[in-house]
Amino acid sequence: MKITGAQALIKSLEAQGTEVIFGLPGGAILPVYDPILDSNIRHILVRHEQGAGHMAEGYAQATGRPGVAMVTSGPGATNIVTPISNAYMDSIPLVVISGQVASGAIGTDAFQECDITGITMGITKHNWLIKSADEIPEVIAEAFYVATTGRPGPVLVDLPKDVAQSQMEWHEPPSTADLDLPGYHPQLDGDPAAIAAAADLLASSVRPVLYAGGGILKSRASEALIKLAEATGAPVVTTLMARGAIPDSHELCIGMPGMHGNYTAITAMQEADLLVSLGARFDDRVTGQLSTFAPDAKVIHVDIDPAELGKVRRADVGIAGDARRVIEALTSAVEERQLEDLAPWWSQLHAWQERYPLTYDPQEPGKGLRPQAIVEAIDAASPAGTIVVAGVGQHQMWAAQHWSYELPYTWINSGGAGTMGFAVPAAIGAKVGMPERTVWAIDGDGCFQMTAQELVTARIEGIPIKVAILNNSYLGMVRQWQEMFYEERYSEVYLSTDVPDYVMWAEAMGCVGIKVETPEEVGPAIEKANAITDRPVVIDFRTDAMEKVFPMVPAGVSNSEVVVHPSQREEA
Amino acid sequence: MAAEPFTGSTEHSPVTHHILSVLVENKAGVLARVAGLFSRRGFNISSLAVAPSDDDATFSRITIVVDAESTPIAQVVGQLNKLLNVVEIRDMAPAEATERELLLATVTIEAADRGHLLQSVAHAGASIIDFSADKVTVSLSGTPAHITAFEALLLKSYPSTEIQRTGLVALPRLNPQV
Ligand SMILES: Cc1ncc(C[n+]2csc(CCOP(=O)(O)OP(=O)(O)O)c2C)c(N)n1
Ligand SMILES: [Mg+2]
Repeated sequence: MKITGAQALIKSLEAQGTEVIFGLPGGAILPVYDPILDSNIRHILVRHEQGAGHMAEGYAQATGRPGVAMVTSGPGATNIVTPISNAYMDSIPLVVISGQVASGAIGTDAFQECDITGITMGITKHNWLIKSADEIPEVIAEAFYVATTGRPGPVLVDLPKDVAQSQMEWHEPPSTADLDLPGYHPQLDGDPAAIAAAADLLASSVRPVLYAGGGILKSRASEALIKLAEATGAPVVTTLMARGAIPDSHELCIGMPGMHGNYTAITAMQEADLLVSLGARFDDRVTGQLSTFAPDAKVIHVDIDPAELGKVRRADVGIAGDARRVIEALTSAVEERQLEDLAPWWSQLHAWQERYPLTYDPQEPGKGLRPQAIVEAIDAASPAGTIVVAGVGQHQMWAAQHWSYELPYTWINSGGAGTMGFAVPAAIGAKVGMPERTVWAIDGDGCFQMTAQELVTARIEGIPIKVAILNNSYLGMVRQWQEMFYEERYSEVYLSTDVPDYVMWAEAMGCVGIKVETPEEVGPAIEKANAITDRPVVIDFRTDAMEKVFPMVPAGVSNSEVVVHPSQREEA
Repeated sequence: MAAEPFTGSTEHSPVTHHILSVLVENKAGVLARVAGLFSRRGFNISSLAVAPSDDDATFSRITIVVDAESTPIAQVVGQLNKLLNVVEIRDMAPAEATERELLLATVTIEAADRGHLLQSVAHAGASIIDFSADKVTVSLSGTPAHITAFEALLLKSYPSTEIQRTGLVALPRLNPQV
């Protein structure tokens, strides 16, 4: 059967089980948009290609399936570079299809030509420039396989217009076993000897910490993690990428470590005699100053990416493998061993928890709302399994700290890249993937202004997300740094208290807009938002601009010097 | 100017380099992927040589020399291995490798000095591969230390010499030195 390259592309995407493409057409990708009309794949027309990328990421993070985005050449392709970089940092399976100018025009600075494979070489797992339509089934099969296996990540397939238009003899895409990838062999099972050595270390540890990272979620290892924790009785910290990997309410979960983690999680890692890193990568936001990080800890490092082992912190036992498989093997090995009594460690941990709980100042009458209280109120009023998607800034940290994550895949954020503008489109993508779930974006006013136009997409496509803007009129996180480290010299961080009018803006985009200024309005507004299911809702919560995120470990400072909430500091 | 005859030794100079012999699929952009990885991760390349490694040119071998002291070699290998087109990496200390490099040099030379040059060329095991009225092009293949010594001699005696080195290629030593 002879078909066009464009048809072959759509058939290949269908063969990979693609149910939705987020995209926006243009000249070079035009041929591919025609067969979309005849496909069962849903296409969601975005208002900016960055939105397409983040939607695909939100979809992937919520469902575990690869997100697919489609853009045209040149500016269409460059507009999706930020999401690709974001997906690379957070190991999100993302398949981007970009149109390219005709093969013969490549290299001539043709209209809307841009070397997108060159630009994205360093921020994709791999990318392909298709040379002939015959390759399409193979390349698409490879692209999905590479994006979703091993350490997941973004891939890009660049398709010249003439290739899309040319004829090819259709053949079924190869099965994964038949792919010709001589240099790609993800290692799934951990080395048994290393697992035994790790079990020995765990058995002799008196102050262990299980350091759970985003890899737990990628490898669907939450249950395995909980079993390992229960088998060892060891405390578990969940990084910003791993919130929900073990329920916050689980007695062994001590919450989030890192720059804005809680005191106990940070200090437990710092004082540990053994860190068991599971799908985590010793990010500088977790370690603080590296030279003083966890000075007495031996390290077991489990990661599917062998290059992570020893990259930042030397591992006493490094195990390359899939987190779930390695954790299951480690749990069995630990169960055969006599473990140390962790009661003294737990009494220390409990003492820290009592002395330094997460806290914030009570609401002051007539003042801006406490953002932490808003997060807690939405949590309390929303159904179990609600998915929270954050932007980047103070609001992100409050959303990570003050929501109680009880299920995996209910927390989605931009961790490694810290991409402002992530929340609204990623929430849309999450809702597309999990339509039965309530999805709340917890956004900042600065972030909202970067990608809010995708609410038009959401309204028109019938994707009823809810957006809580924690509106402090500032680029709050930067303001906090200027207050604390630049002698309150505020430079270019004030946005505005009255422009834009978020309610009018929301309504202009076909959404419901609600403004909340007093504590009494908080609960009813959330109830109202949760009750609306036919269109997106935006709530403009007017929060206290002076509020800061605590605890905090300033950048480059030792994790032994946690700056706790002012009410918890020793009297001078 | 009197040209000293070549006396450079073929002994190894103190080891500061390390060799990565990288087998790659011979696909478009593969060199850019390898080079780009080095630059974005802040690793330095001392030399790089690349050529097809089999008859039908399905694979190429890229020989990369890095400074052993300033380069986190395990990390370089780990990151390189993640490139889809990288099939295999051989990671060799100089003591584990048989190394060869090729040098071409065009020397501008007075007729009176030719005798000295020929003597040095003979001593070094180099050969004359081209000449004109006032220029001679010599070629030398040898260990990097040998090449470096010969290069130094040429530059000292004939400062305007134009030199081109290929960067080294290497295979594992059959009887590794202890
Ligand atoms: C695209 C991008 N630009 C700049 C930054 C730097 N940055 C980090 S947080 C932040 C402020 C975010 O402001 P807002 O969305 O209002 O959140 P808030 O901190 O006030 O809660 C900025 C500018 C970034 N992370 N991403
Ligand atoms: Mg703000």
